Amino acid sequence: MSRGFGADIVVAGAGPAGIAAAVRARECGRSVLVLDDNPSAGGQIWRGEQSHGQGSFWLRRFAGCAAKLITSARIVDGDAQRRRLILETQDEAFALEYGKLILAIGARELFLPFPGWTTPNVMGIGGLQALVKSGLRISGKRIVVAGTGPLMLAAADYFRRHNAVVPVIAEQAGWIRLARFLLHLAKHPGKLCQAAVLRFGLRRSRYLASCWVEAANGNEKLESVRLRQDARVWDEDCDYLATGYGFKPNSELAELMNCRICNTGVDVDAFQRTSQEDIYAAGECTGIGGAELAIVEGETAGYAAAERNDLAEKLFRKRSKARQFAAALERAFAPREELRRLPSAGTIVCRCEDVVWERLESMKSWRSAKLHTRCGMGPCQGRICGPILEFLLGLEPDSVRPPVFPARLESLVAANEIEEGICQ
Amino acid sequence: MTECGAEEIVELRINGTGVRVPAGISVAAAVLLSGETVFRRSVSGEGRGPLCGMGICFECRVTIDDLEHCRSCQILCRDGMEVRTA
Amino acid sequence: MARAALNESSFDIAVVGAGIVGAACAREFADAGLRTALIEPGVVGGGATAAGMGHIAVMDDSEAQFALTRYSQILWKQLAERLPADGEYVRCGALWVAADEAEMAEVHRKQRYYSERGVPVEILDSHSLAQAESNLRPGMAGALLLPDDAVAYPPCVAKFLVNEALELGAKLIQGRRVAAIGGGTATLDDGTKISSLNFVLANGIAAPVLMEGLPIQPRKGHLVITDRYPGFVQHQMIELGYLRSAHASDIDSVAFNVQPRPSGQLLIGSSRQYGSNDSGVDAQIIGAMLKRAFEYMPGLRTLSAIRSWTGFRAATPDKLPLIGPCPGREDVYLATGHEGLGITTSLGTARVLADLVLKRECAIETTPYAPDRTSHPLADARGSVQIGGARGSVQTMRSI
Repeated sequence: MSRGFGADIVVAGAGPAGIAAAVRARECGRSVLVLDDNPSAGGQIWRGEQSHGQGSFWLRRFAGCAAKLITSARIVDGDAQRRRLILETQDEAFALEYGKLILAIGARELFLPFPGWTTPNVMGIGGLQALVKSGLRISGKRIVVAGTGPLMLAAADYFRRHNAVVPVIAEQAGWIRLARFLLHLAKHPGKLCQAAVLRFGLRRSRYLASCWVEAANGNEKLESVRLRQDARVWDEDCDYLATGYGFKPNSELAELMNCRICNTGVDVDAFQRTSQEDIYAAGECTGIGGAELAIVEGETAGYAAAERNDLAEKLFRKRSKARQFAAALERAFAPREELRRLPSAGTIVCRCEDVVWERLESMKSWRSAKLHTRCGMGPCQGRICGPILEFLLGLEPDSVRPPVFPARLESLVAANEIEEGICQ
Repeated sequence: MTECGAEEIVELRINGTGVRVPAGISVAAAVLLSGETVFRRSVSGEGRGPLCGMGICFECRVTIDDLEHCRSCQILCRDGMEVRTA
Repeated sequence: MARAALNESSFDIAVVGAGIVGAACAREFADAGLRTALIEPGVVGGGATAAGMGHIAVMDDSEAQFALTRYSQILWKQLAERLPADGEYVRCGALWVAADEAEMAEVHRKQRYYSERGVPVEILDSHSLAQAESNLRPGMAGALLLPDDAVAYPPCVAKFLVNEALELGAKLIQGRRVAAIGGGTATLDDGTKISSLNFVLANGIAAPVLMEGLPIQPRKGHLVITDRYPGFVQHQMIELGYLRSAHASDIDSVAFNVQPRPSGQLLIGSSRQYGSNDSGVDAQIIGAMLKRAFEYMPGLRTLSAIRSWTGFRAATPDKLPLIGPCPGREDVYLATGHEGLGITTSLGTARVLADLVLKRECAIETTPYAPDRTSHPLADARGSVQIGGARGSVQTMRSI
């Protein structure tokens, strides 16, 4: 049932960082194996990408670089000592050995709870976009986009191009912060241009600052959302709400493999090395910074893992510049204080176990919240509710245990059934 | 796409009803296309549908070919699949 | 402000550790009118209490073990009447499963043992076992059914008992650890001093830190919990080889043990290891444990596992807990060393200890649990653990 094999360099994640790492490592002549839990490569941003743009450029290079790609494969456990990953696909589980591992496992959206947020058709911004990319039709549908960050514009534009109507884009950040961010964008004329183009395309959408969703209404299907902007509160009819308040790095696998985690994500040095020998990390999992930063971090990791530090060093300046953009993003779009007061006593905070806010608001630690209310004991393993409690109460999550994602019980036996072997 | 440009079709059953969808779409998309918005019932009985679209939130779980707790947003439709929602 | 008050006030009894044993003890003392303190550095019920299975079991390993478990089981039934829903007490019964005729003979022996002592018990033959548990693989010889066995969710039970203790006047001192006990004073890790006439060590494997020489060793266990599959398993199920695993003192061993949680999740165990104080999950042990489980329930293979974790049982050389006055310390009592029966015997332990402290008559004989029963209380407790047998290989308890 399981076979052991591997490559010089295994890359976990086929998003921008992972693809860039694979391409560069292949250029240096290393054997590369890339893993992704989605049915195709591209990650959240580039999946289903059409013929133009940065994404398809890199995807083409990736397709041509002869890296091995395994899709629909989820890493459920990792052992840094044995340099081994345990993977699960739909039909089997197997162990994989790596010479070097590059973690390009990305980030997930940060959701914040408000009354009605569990109503069907309330989705993440990236979440709804992912569903459209995977076949959902939104032609003629009304979509309110609410939350924070430049992703909202890109996503709203994507929805518009798929013939949906986006009446409102509600940005929680205030105009002053947005203005400062625009000033920073001025240093990156390409980006400023991009933003202008997007905004023009969305000229029929109202883009409102200091605005957020207070409640979602509908019985088993979204009907409308209640928006607030300063003192003004009103209802907006819609078919979908695409909402998200930023991103949280997927650092769990790194933590499980004893990589040090810092306050931005997986801790890495100048060559994208983690604290664990022969494990590198690149992209959003090291800190939220957008696609450009993810690409250059991926390239750096690819070169470094291929033992071409000289080539990696040449990217330091580009990476530095991209990091400035990331820092500006964080300053501009950090969720505001008022969002902490959105959930009411009966608002569900842990969706897996239906634990409501009033049972959690007096908790002093994540562990006591978990043990005494079941919050975080569901299959999401605290990935959705953990960052919520971190934002609402300042609680830090527990340590990570295997499986790092829910896995079939038989997959947890795979670790013991290994035949040694390396594939080229 | 077939040679003449027409999309390939996949046939599956959602809650006992036959549904024809373009090849290459996710089970989650197929369920939503069939008009269903409730994928599962939560612990307290609420209807739930997909949230994160990337296999993390587990709200899109359905039963596929008698296997429970399948994350439909990450599984592609296959001919003959039996999908059951809540 | 609070600290100044604590320095001045006195307690009649201070319980160290708010796991389920400590919580139960604190409740008993508070109920008896003693000025009671309960000191817990972490989360109430967050130690071994949270790591274990929560199976409320009667055991026949020895008369003393039977007496304490049966007594406790009855106390649990009484507690269940006022336990809130989050304590998740369900009297689902337990099945000791016999894979072959040799194990079936053991089933009959147990049935006689329990019958003679008034414990409700039934023997299921192969056919009725298959009816009772449709996901067991076919061909089992039969099982012993103990309908009074129950399951509960210990962290919330501990929290409930603590709350009852507080309502009865006890004081919870949380977030600080006892660093030393001496001269009627417990000194906490932040320097606070708690003065008390008596102390109870109910802090599991940490007890030897406060009382050097206690014959307590950590015995590591692993558990895995699945997503929700209501109806997959009806009873707590244990293979008869479990007892051999519990007895084996020098090898890593696994034994089939599965529990249906009220949520519909399945809790799968069990494993025992000496000589490890690494709380990390050992993939090899998990693998061996699950392989064993698949042999009994092949359908488990495709179920979704959400989480695995480890815990440390406090084990004594003779497999009985230490309940009573600590040898050589007239103001310190022990309530620890429960190995795999801490949840079950928490209530009996608390009652026995309260009876001893208050010099009341006890419903059961208390001498088997007396801490001074071990001829050398300080023997083989210090330093590293003896490890015999084959390290690095995991023995599965199979029937012979």
